[in-house]
Amino acid sequence: MIGRLVKLGAMLGLLGLAGFFALTEPAVLSALKGSALPVASGAPDLANGKTMFHAGGCASCHATEKQDDKTRLGGGHALHSPFGTFYVPNISPHPRDGIGGWTAEQFLRAMREGVSPEGRHYYPSFPYTSYQRMTAKDVGDLFAFLKTLPPIEGRIRDHDLPFPFNIRRSLGGWKLLFADGQVYRPDPAKSAEWNRGAYLVEGPGHCAECHSPRNPLGGITSGKRFAGGPDPEGKGYVPNITPHETGLKSWTKKDLAYLLESGFTPDYDSVGGSMTPVIGNTGQLSAQDRNAMAEYLSTLPAIEGRKKGAK
Amino acid sequence: MKRMIIAAAVLTLGVTAGIAQGDPIAARKAMMKEVGGAMGPMAAMNKGERPFDLATAKASLGTMNKASKAFGPLFPATAKSGGESTADEKIWSDAAGWNAALKKFETDTAAAVAAVKDEASFKAEFGKVAANCGGCHNTYRIKK
Repeated sequence: MIGRLVKLGAMLGLLGLAGFFALTEPAVLSALKGSALPVASGAPDLANGKTMFHAGGCASCHATEKQDDKTRLGGGHALHSPFGTFYVPNISPHPRDGIGGWTAEQFLRAMREGVSPEGRHYYPSFPYTSYQRMTAKDVGDLFAFLKTLPPIEGRIRDHDLPFPFNIRRSLGGWKLLFADGQVYRPDPAKSAEWNRGAYLVEGPGHCAECHSPRNPLGGITSGKRFAGGPDPEGKGYVPNITPHETGLKSWTKKDLAYLLESGFTPDYDSVGGSMTPVIGNTGQLSAQDRNAMAEYLSTLPAIEGRKKGAK
Repeated sequence: MKRMIIAAAVLTLGVTAGIAQGDPIAARKAMMKEVGGAMGPMAAMNKGERPFDLATAKASLGTMNKASKAFGPLFPATAKSGGESTADEKIWSDAAGWNAALKKFETDTAAAVAAVKDEASFKAEFGKVAANCGGCHNTYRIKK
């Protein structure tokens, strides 16, 4: 009897393990969600690729450490998190150490599915949960633009993550919960400007990734998107950017657009921390794109965040 | 205008009171607000939302220059945090860089006070001065 139970247990365990392996296999996940997109055809638009580069804030994380040229994407920045330290990889077009040897398909899959050319899961410190909203055309243009930047030598060290976060395979389960692989779908009831803003904020801009609290699994807490939260890097608090009293209720659309242009709040405080490089990027977008982002942000549902003065 | 003068007076009072009470965090926050207050009319003039006025420009740049010289002592190692301070510990661990950033703010504002003669020279100097805000906050201020 006991022998049988053990056998049954062992079989169930094996089944579970098989299920875990099947479900967390990047290719299976991709098929299951039908999230794979064909690469855009036609000649890439480099100007649009540059816009996506700024909207996506690529340089904020990937620029080579300790120098000021934001087109040198040698990586190396250490991103501290509750799950360990991530070391940002080299995405310069260097053929050996960067993405110089990648195909457009591989780049699209990396951006939208968070899977490397070798078929391994990326950690969501790379915000593919937002980039998945991007169109194949925009990702293709971005890839073409990145290829025009200087190749930088040097591979970056592996992430420094404690067990169990160092098991990449488990990210398959994480993706089942937090990534749906859906490209941004315009809302026909809203204006073209609003839709453009929503696309930029939710997709390449990945604003919610920092401006939302996260649950213990590291996913964005549902119902609290854009309501701010403790800085995942452990310093201070990321503000609520919804039009709630605890957020940006008093801000006009013009105020929002001016912040994205200059870094100045309506009372001429200048935003700090990692928002400064973000402004360095949004400041290079067209005024039209910044206005669109402001339009969308000003219509976010008002959600209560941290009250002023609270710890 | 009257409201602005009162606001400036209240802020100045705040700074003085902060120092008098030996509360450098309150004092530096009030001084930062004063710098923001000086920024407001200049940014409006730069955006063309307000007609250019040389006296306002010079007075605002002067306020900033004064603040640039006063900030240093308001960040003693004994007042790193508390009172909702958003000062980054790099101010103390990277004292050389921090002092250089303060010096740059002082130099740029002094140069601007001397150089601004009309709207064109104001617009040329404004960008250089304003870049100090983000330039310093990028490294020495935590997220807020």
